[in-house]
Amino acid sequence: MSEWRYWLNEQRGTLMGLAIFLLMFCVYITNHPAGLTVNVAQTAANKGVLLAFIAMAQAMVVITAGIDLSVGMIFVLTNCIASWIVVGTPMQTALGVAGVLLAGTICGAINGLLVVYGRLQPIVATIATGAIYFGLALLLRPFPGGSVNEDLADALTGRLFGTIPSSLVALLGVVLLVWLPFRRSEIGRAAYAAGSSEAAAFMSGVPIRRAKLVAYTLAGLLAGMGGLFLTFFTYTGEAAYASGSGYTLWSIAAVVLGGVSLYGGRGSAVGAIFGAFAARTTGDMLFVFDVDPLWQPLLQGMVLLIAISIGALGLLRVRNRLDWFQ
Amino acid sequence: MTATQLQAASPLFRMEGICKRYGGVRALEDASLAVEAGRIHAILGENGAGKSTLIKIMAGVVAPDEGRMLLEDREVAFRSPAQAAGAGIACVFQELSLIPDLSVADNISISNPPHRFGLIDRAAQRRLAEEALARAGAEDIHPRALVRDLPLSRRQMVEIAKALAWKPRILILDEATSALTAGDVAKVFAVLRRLCSEGLALLYISHRMHEITEIADDCTVFRNGRNVASFAAGTRSGNEVVEMMIGREVSSVFPPKPQRRREARPVLACNMFSWSDRLHDITLEVCPGEVVGLGGLDGQGQRELLLGLFGVLRGTTGTVSIDGVAASIAGPGTARAGRIGMALIPEDRKTEGLMQPMTVRENLSFAALDRLSARGVINRDKEERDIDEMVRLLAIKTAGLDIPVGSLSGGNQQKVVIAKWLMRRPRIILLNDPTRGIDVGTKQEMYQLLRRLADAEAAILFYSTDYDELVGCCNRVLVLYDGRIVRELEGAGITEHALVASALHVDAQPEAVA
Amino acid sequence: MTDATENRMSFRTRLTAPFRHVDRPVLTAFGCILLLLLLGSLYSSNFLSLEYLLQQLKVASFLGVIAAGMMLVILLGQIDLSVPWVMTMGAMMACAAAGFGTSGTILAIPFGIFCGTVFGLLNGFGVAYMRIPSMIVTLATNVVAQGLMVLYTGGFSPQDSAPTAMRWLATGFIIPGVPNAILVWAAVSAAMVFLLTRTTFGRSVYGIGNSERAAYLSGIDTRRVIMIAFAVSGALSAFGGVLLAGYASKAAQAMGDAYLLPSIAAVVLGGTSILGGRGSYLGTVAGVILITLLQSILSVMQMPEAGRQIVYGIVIVAMLLLYGRGPANQ
Repeated sequence: MSEWRYWLNEQRGTLMGLAIFLLMFCVYITNHPAGLTVNVAQTAANKGVLLAFIAMAQAMVVITAGIDLSVGMIFVLTNCIASWIVVGTPMQTALGVAGVLLAGTICGAINGLLVVYGRLQPIVATIATGAIYFGLALLLRPFPGGSVNEDLADALTGRLFGTIPSSLVALLGVVLLVWLPFRRSEIGRAAYAAGSSEAAAFMSGVPIRRAKLVAYTLAGLLAGMGGLFLTFFTYTGEAAYASGSGYTLWSIAAVVLGGVSLYGGRGSAVGAIFGAFAARTTGDMLFVFDVDPLWQPLLQGMVLLIAISIGALGLLRVRNRLDWFQ
Repeated sequence: MTATQLQAASPLFRMEGICKRYGGVRALEDASLAVEAGRIHAILGENGAGKSTLIKIMAGVVAPDEGRMLLEDREVAFRSPAQAAGAGIACVFQELSLIPDLSVADNISISNPPHRFGLIDRAAQRRLAEEALARAGAEDIHPRALVRDLPLSRRQMVEIAKALAWKPRILILDEATSALTAGDVAKVFAVLRRLCSEGLALLYISHRMHEITEIADDCTVFRNGRNVASFAAGTRSGNEVVEMMIGREVSSVFPPKPQRRREARPVLACNMFSWSDRLHDITLEVCPGEVVGLGGLDGQGQRELLLGLFGVLRGTTGTVSIDGVAASIAGPGTARAGRIGMALIPEDRKTEGLMQPMTVRENLSFAALDRLSARGVINRDKEERDIDEMVRLLAIKTAGLDIPVGSLSGGNQQKVVIAKWLMRRPRIILLNDPTRGIDVGTKQEMYQLLRRLADAEAAILFYSTDYDELVGCCNRVLVLYDGRIVRELEGAGITEHALVASALHVDAQPEAVA
Repeated sequence: MTDATENRMSFRTRLTAPFRHVDRPVLTAFGCILLLLLLGSLYSSNFLSLEYLLQQLKVASFLGVIAAGMMLVILLGQIDLSVPWVMTMGAMMACAAAGFGTSGTILAIPFGIFCGTVFGLLNGFGVAYMRIPSMIVTLATNVVAQGLMVLYTGGFSPQDSAPTAMRWLATGFIIPGVPNAILVWAAVSAAMVFLLTRTTFGRSVYGIGNSERAAYLSGIDTRRVIMIAFAVSGALSAFGGVLLAGYASKAAQAMGDAYLLPSIAAVVLGGTSILGGRGSYLGTVAGVILITLLQSILSVMQMPEAGRQIVYGIVIVAMLLLYGRGPANQ
């Protein structure tokens, strides 16, 4: 086998996610009345980027065979924080951005500490912390409101050189600055190892606990970035429960669509980004096909159901029935 | 004895007075070992003689209870495998320590990757991997291949390369060739000889006598957790080695075996039974009142055979017949049902036999719930009566029926596993190494029980890793090798010597350790 | 190591022998209930009045019915995230059926429950036979159920209100002073206790939760048991929705959203292990009352929603750290 085929094999999940997204996007664009204009691309990118951040966050944790049901609430909380502090002079704004990201990171770290050192099950622990984060958000913004440095917001949601959506560039920057270093570091590899086979990882002397803690913490950071962008898009902060839980649920769906295995060890955050874009496009596609918007949730659900069923086909290959019960 | 010569040469590594207990079972008792640089040292012993524990201690996986280890006359203690590897002792484990979703290169340098700018230097890592693979004679494995995509034999080579990447001074190979093809074994041997000539000390554990004959310089035989003999390879014949492994202690007391009645018709039979690449053309029959043993080295397909007969494996070929009528057994549910009446005592008490946190009562009645209930509602009086009877019959020692079964001793837990199946009064009983890790007293009770069940017309298929047991309990023994029945022993022909010899496949090999 | 655990276990067994069926988490949960009532009574003496307690039990009964189904699924080591919309669907379909004349009115409640059962079966099939993680299957079916309901209502709250039978079931009185909803919850509870302790199905559920391998090798059709458990969970979710619609006099779009997390929390706070296999139904009852009481007290104290959420989350984390921790090492 030549070199690139190994690369293909390594990236299979991610490429599947990309393929699903491209397919949907092509169908979407060819049927769009305006075609692929700069405006259409910008709108699509801005919508997709939000879920992409949350999906990346979820992927971090899922790779270690965990789950974070509080990502959506961290997203909402950081949105509310940003609507208070990302204002004023460029200096103040910069500090505000740092503050928002720090808040997200702390939320993630709390999840990680509870799961790793508190030895709590990720599902329940993050449900509980999610309630706390949402409560804090509500404390900050009992009613929708606040504001944001509009110059910065417009710069990050507008276009670069008049064509490229700058939110996409920002997302790319995050991939390069957060995900790739993580993926290529010893700790990132330990996260994969812990998710793939905790026993073998232990035998090989891999720092499992540190890796999990870092994964949860980075998930918080990424969710915080998502919250920041939400503020840039909406110019306000809002403690919306439905939005938080919706983003949590769709982050799991995006991760699965992007080829990240829920059993851990497989997939990448880049795949999760494609999964997020694909999930977003499903919604938009129904719009261009002039489907009654009422059909939208149902069709989205069906797409999701079909996508996950494909993953179950591997079951037919199992020859020892005891392998069903892993 | 030659052992004195070995000590005179100031060995690279020494272990002295090592003791290790697991719960009540002692795995090692005052064991010692000396390893010299530039030589291949083979460790021999029966299943459970303490070899695995010994190397786990050397490799830092478990800590010894007593005793000391000296590396170049300096006392050492390892808290983790990584620490042992850092000190120069690397181990190729029997159970793989590779991470399936990572690439070969990632796995090879998993615990000490080369760094560049704080990140893993992939190019350097790849060079390291290529180097290590080349040293292991496995250049055909691509460093970027994912471990999960490799066949078992290739994974084993990666495991060897991973150990070599530590640049160890002592390399331990624990059954490292068990998954390899003959061609691979030859390659591995060439590699091992080269490493040896470079001054590495090699510790080689294998059940394959002819391999040891071919490669070892020194041999040490373990029995019952002690090293009983050390000698230079080639100074003892194969038969002598087998005798050292068996020893001459007082064997257990087994109930007398009645003569097999010829007129009995087989209740369980299978013909040309095959599955995947693990079972090949197995043909056997078991009559009521008969205890048929399955012998051979561990992992030659005995477990798969029992699981296959019980309907757990998919895609088996050949026929299974019950009372002479072909039966299709789709799973444990059908296997246990009335007409067939089969029971399987699985291998792993903890995950397959029992639900540890559930009570003794719930575990005992679990397999027979359908018989103890009417329209899905459990008849508690009947349950109580049957359970009491079983507890008395098997003399299960428990503080009560409502305590978690996990709090019982190993022997009593095993009794519960057997009792839960006896509640159904099965006609065919498959046992998968039921006496592993239980005390001598309970073992004796098991032997009595087996015989009583056989006397009550049950047909019993009994896999054991303990040859003594097969000799003492079985009317016939089928010896498996590589998924095939290679020999059938009967009556007085079942001796420990015959079992070990046919299990090691030495009849086909030259007799003397050359 | 094995010796130490054995000793500890037998010691604990001896210690708790008189409370054989009431383990520590359940006692802790009931202790917390008493503590909450005590704290509440310091604030206002109303908290110990019969009227208030009955009112709380009535509110708790909706959560209680849903948590019963959730418990069954969690005992298997799975989870059911489809509760919100299966519940809403049960309520809406029951209300809808009532629009079809007399026969519709009679069949309203069974029809609502039937719809929930269908979705439960779908969940169960995905988890048991297709071996998809329950978190994903139930997430997807939740979206599908939502899609169907959005389509059905046309995006607005449905016009048809709950029929009298549903209102009576939730708010009427057979026994004077005791709302029917409490009786319904009691009946569901009795059935659950019977199911879990006296039937082969219940034993199988615990067995599968502890080790599906062992249960399968004991000859249990584990896949069927899992599918049925999910079906029951779906049915009970829908039934909870029917009761809630009866209480509120109508079915509403997002009525189920507030019930998913509390139902999981109630089960876990009642001492049921999220990994499956361990837990008693009494604990779930305690968990349901505890959560309802907590919510009620926080709202009576006029704690804003924000504070309520925070306290709620902290209480769950604290209780989990008390008794919901995993084993110390791998």
